[in-house]
Parts: sequence; C-alpha cells; structure tokens
Amino acid sequence: MMIVRALADGFTWRVAAAVLVLVAAAIVVPVLNLSVPAGSALHVPTYAVTLFGKYLTYALLALALDLVWGYCGILSLGHGAFFALGGYAMGMYLMRQIGSRGVYGNPILPDFMVFLNWKQLPWFWYGFDHFWVAAIMVLAVPGLLAFVFGWFAFRSRVTGVYLSIITQAMTYALLLAFFRNDMGFGGNNGLTDFKDIIGFDIQSDETRAALFAASALTLALGVVLVAFFVKSKYGKLMIAVRDAESRTRFLGWRPENVKLFAFTASAVMAGIAGALYVPQVGIINPSEFAPANSIEVVIWTAVGGRATVVGPIIGALVVNWGKSWFTGAFPEFWLFALGGLFILVTLFLPKGIVGTLVEGWTARRARRASATAEKDVEPESFGKDEELRAEAAE
Amino acid sequence: MSDARPILYLDGVSVSFDGFRAIDNLSLVLEKGEMRAIIGPNGAGKTTMMDIITGKTKPDEGEVFFDGDIDLTRHDEADIAMLGIGRKFQKPTVFESHTVEDNLLLALKGKRSAVKALFDRRSPRQAERLGHILETIRLSARRHDLAAGLSHGQKQWLEIGMLLAQDPKLLLVDEPVAGMTDAETGETARLLKEIAQTHSVIVVEHDMQFVRELGVKVTCLHEGSVLSEGTLDFVSADQRVVEVYLGR
Ligand SMILES: Nc1ncnc2c1ncn2[C@@H]1O[C@H](COP(=O)(O)OP(=O)(O)OP(=O)(O)O)[C@@H](O)[C@H]1O
Ligand SMILES: [Mg+2]
Repeated sequence: MMIVRALADGFTWRVAAAVLVLVAAAIVVPVLNLSVPAGSALHVPTYAVTLFGKYLTYALLALALDLVWGYCGILSLGHGAFFALGGYAMGMYLMRQIGSRGVYGNPILPDFMVFLNWKQLPWFWYGFDHFWVAAIMVLAVPGLLAFVFGWFAFRSRVTGVYLSIITQAMTYALLLAFFRNDMGFGGNNGLTDFKDIIGFDIQSDETRAALFAASALTLALGVVLVAFFVKSKYGKLMIAVRDAESRTRFLGWRPENVKLFAFTASAVMAGIAGALYVPQVGIINPSEFAPANSIEVVIWTAVGGRATVVGPIIGALVVNWGKSWFTGAFPEFWLFALGGLFILVTLFLPKGIVGTLVEGWTARRARRASATAEKDVEPESFGKDEELRAEAAE
Repeated sequence: MSDARPILYLDGVSVSFDGFRAIDNLSLVLEKGEMRAIIGPNGAGKTTMMDIITGKTKPDEGEVFFDGDIDLTRHDEADIAMLGIGRKFQKPTVFESHTVEDNLLLALKGKRSAVKALFDRRSPRQAERLGHILETIRLSARRHDLAAGLSHGQKQWLEIGMLLAQDPKLLLVDEPVAGMTDAETGETARLLKEIAQTHSVIVVEHDMQFVRELGVKVTCLHEGSVLSEGTLDFVSADQRVVEVYLGR
C-alpha cells in the first residue's frame, strides 16, 4: 500500500504520458511489424523495429546517467562502461548459446577460444550457459564496479571535474583491458555471430519484435523507478547534495552514501540497457568502452534536459535519430554536428528541450494562477490540500 | 551528575592556515543551557571557531569536548551534527532549488539513512512539526515557494528554522541578523531567546544593539583568542576591547 502510494506520488502527467507511450509502443510496433502485410503503408519494417529498439536502450542509458548527473550532480563520463559490461554479460550468454554451431563446432568453447588454442573454458565463463546466471551478472557486474569505484571516490571526496576525469580513466582502462585477447572476452573482435536467445532465433522477426517490446517495457519501468526515486525524500536529498553538498553534512547526512546509492543504481540500469542492446545489434566489442561513447550519452541527456525524467529519453531518441540520418547524408560531418549541437544547447537551451518546455509551461501557469488569485482564490488552499494528502498516506 | 559538565569545552585550541594563526590558544567553556554572544572584529576567528566545533576544520592543537566527554576532534561533520550540534552559516546557506518546506524536511530530526529516505513518508507528527516551525519563522505563506526566491532576511530565518527542525543540543548561529531591518532584528533576538530556554546557544554578531537585546554573557575574540569576557557593559568598557575596535 505504501509502495503504491509512493509510486503514485511520483507521477507527474509527463511521467504518466511517457509510460503510456512506451507501453503502447511495446504493443503497437510489434503488431504493425508482424501482422500488417509488408505492402501496407502501416507496416513497420524489421530493420526499423531493431533500430528503434536500439535507440530505446540508449534512452535507458541516458536516463541512468540523468539520475546521477541531473539529480545528484555527478558528471559521470564513464557510463558507457557500465552499459558495455552489461552488454558483455549478455554477449557471453549468447556466445554459449551457439554451442556446437560455431565454425569450429566446439560444444563448449566459443570460436575465439578455439582459435587461441585454449583447451578449457575460463572460470569466469562458467554458468553463462544459463540465462538466469547471465541475467544476474548483467546487474551484478556493473553494480559492483560502480559500488567499489564510488566507495573510494566519494569517500575521499573526489568531486567535480576530478571525478569526471577518473570515470573517463575507468572506461578507458576497461577499453584497453578488453582489447587484450588473453582477457578472454574475444579481444578486438568481441563477441558476435549469435544464434539464439532463450531458444528463439535471434534473427527472426518475432524475436526482434520481442526484443523491441522488452526494451520499451524496461524503459517504462526505468521511468517509473527514476520518478519514484526523484519524488521521494531521497530524491530531495540527491538534489540537496548536488546543489550544496557540504551543507548536507552539517545536517547529519552523508553525501558520499547518497551518491554511492545513486551511482550504483544508475550503473545497474546502464548494465540492463547494455544487455538489451547487444542481442539487437548482434555484437559487443571493446569499442563500446570508448571514452567518446560515454561523452555522447552526456550530450543526449543535455539536449533532452537534465534533471527531468522524460528529457534524457527525448534527447537520446532525437540525437540518435539525427545521427542515423546525418551519417547517411553527410557521414564526415556527424561529429562536427554533434559538437555544434552540444554547444548550441549549452548556450541557448541550458535546460535542454524538456527542461525549457517545462519551465515555460510552469511560468505560464504561475502567471495565470496569480491572475486568478488576485481576483478571488485563496492561494494557501493548495498547501492545505497537500497536507491532507500527506496525512492520508500514512 | 552529568548536568554539571559543560556542553562545550575548548582548551588551548590553535589552528594555522599557511602559517597564519587564525585561532591561537583559544579556551572557552559553555555551560548547559547557556546562551553566549561572541563579538570581535573581522578576522578575529569567530567563524573558524565554529568550523572547528563542527568538524569542518581540524585543530592543530588543543582539546574540544562536547557534552562532557565527547572528543569532537575525532568526529566528522555528519557525526557531529548527529551528536547534536547544529549550525547556521554566516552566509545563509539553504537549498535554493527546494521549497521552504523541503528545506525544513531535510533538516528534520530523525534517522539519516540515504536508502531509508527512499521510502520515508512524512508522518502526521512531522507535518505538524513542520507547520509549527513554519509559523515560528513566519514563512507559512511561502512554504511551497523555492528558497531561492526568499529575501536575505527570510533565508536567515529559514536557516534558523532548519536549526529548529534539527533540534540540536547546541546551536551555533553565525551572524543571524546581517541584512535584516531593525524590526526583523528585534524579532530574531526574541526568537533566539526563546530557543535558548531549552537549548545551549552560541551567537556570533557584530550588531551591538542585537547583542544587548540578547542580554547574555559576551566573549570578545581577537586574533584567535579570548580578549575579554563578561557582561556586555563590562566587555565594552574593557580598554583592550575599545582599542581593538577603534584601532581597526
Ligand atoms: N580555510 C581558510 N584558509 C585560509 N585562511 C582562512 C581560512 N579560514 C579562515 N581563514 C582566515 O582566518 C582568519 C579568521 O577568519 P574568520 O572567518 O574565522 O573570522 P571572523 O571572526 O568570522 O570574521 P568575520 O567577522 O569577518 O566573519 C581570517 O584572517 C581568515 O582570512
Ligand atoms: Mg565570520
């Protein structure tokens, strides 16, 4: 009951709308893809389903970043690493699903291990033939890394630019490590040539539609979760830490714990996003750890609007859709366009698309409210209402 | 009986910043339930003393004990706040992007677990307490407004309200009436005297009229140590104090 209440409290109409749209998309898009004949104007081709499925996982990654950056002031330039780790965990499962259908036909060892003349499966590959083990690892590996990293960084009061730099260093170190063949993750080539996922052909239209739906629903769940976080007292605490970290200490709070919790939760979200991404793109390789990837996530979030729940999703979708179009039309100029976009947003839309819209909307409502208040309405009545609600909640 | 022990005990405390002794062999004792006014020229070390008590600055030497035998030099800011020392900063520091009410909510006495805060709902008792504090600091009408929109004086009051919400044993109040009108200053003096009936308080202030209204023992700091101590009349008649203030 308390949880339901708490969840309901976190729902602004924007959040509710986002959840509705995502759930609707999870149903409608697969139907339009699978049940509407290819000739019809309403048919959604499979490549588009997969493309937008991929965007949705990016949106989940941006939402995860927003939780720490937008609300808690931690500018992580290493969130791509958590995404990639979740992706690798899923990739390892998909590799083991190949079984003896690989080029070398080894029932246990993935092709790259046979190629490297390995005789045995390394210990850290054990259990990855079970989906549930992989699923736990998708959560645990990014979560654990974020916890350990955050434990040391936040406790030693590393903040601001220094923190951003060490998060970049973290993802870069992982990039170098995963490039190495003897790490046991396929080196340069990464993991690919997947065949099926929980018994379904990974290439089939049905599976692709299902992966799209899973991505949309997971994102919807992410939205609900972040909205719940933000609306709670913990959410207020995150914002307090973001704006005046040291002040919170003198009230007895420990900002390092506030940050550690957000950072870990966010890394787990990013890991889930990566795990949904890999089966849709069909490959995971070390380039996912590239520092530039993590920076792109920051740009999506900034464009959409940090410290809003819907903003990072819009930002990720808009920028990536633009990227697909742009890299088709003028491939050489994409990076300039991205950089230019970031500068423009920073200068003219510091709150991002959604942040700016919300601000305009709130200002208009406030103007209208004050206009009516002057006439007759008592302005205090709103506060009374909320107090009653707070009491009813117990 | 534990009540006989002072709430705060500083002895021979010194701290230097790059060789400059901001606090120099400072000793000060505050009894339980006492309110003390601290005066002194700019740079006397008043704020630095509060930094030391609240764990923001570690002293190079000396003893700092709270509530009898708690060695404050061994605790950090959050610990010290939880032990029962609250602080209002010289430059009013509130959470600007939160509403007045949420500022108080974050200060409200209670467990300080980040994870538990996720499921923390406001109890009717807390709501009542918030309403009471809002009335005391005269911000009831602005409870849903962002703290950023408050006037300087109102921010000072909000920060005092946050102290009330924390309900500490010892309150350190740094220049509470800076930027206030005379009427507001009078109100603040009244409010602090009321608070002092149930708490121990240290107030730093330059406004002598305000200090007079408080009507409590005064300590004058100069160059990091105590120059004079006694009633306001005694201290302001002290030749050394007069020199320090005129000599500026
Ligand atoms: N962190 C610091 N680093 C270097 N010097 C400092 C630091 N904190 C304080 N000081 C110096 O210590 C001295 C005492 O400063 P403090 O702020 O305690 O004075 P104050 O009595 O509060 O003065 P005011 O009435 O102006 O607030 C000043 O000369 C100040 O410049
Ligand atoms: Mg000062």
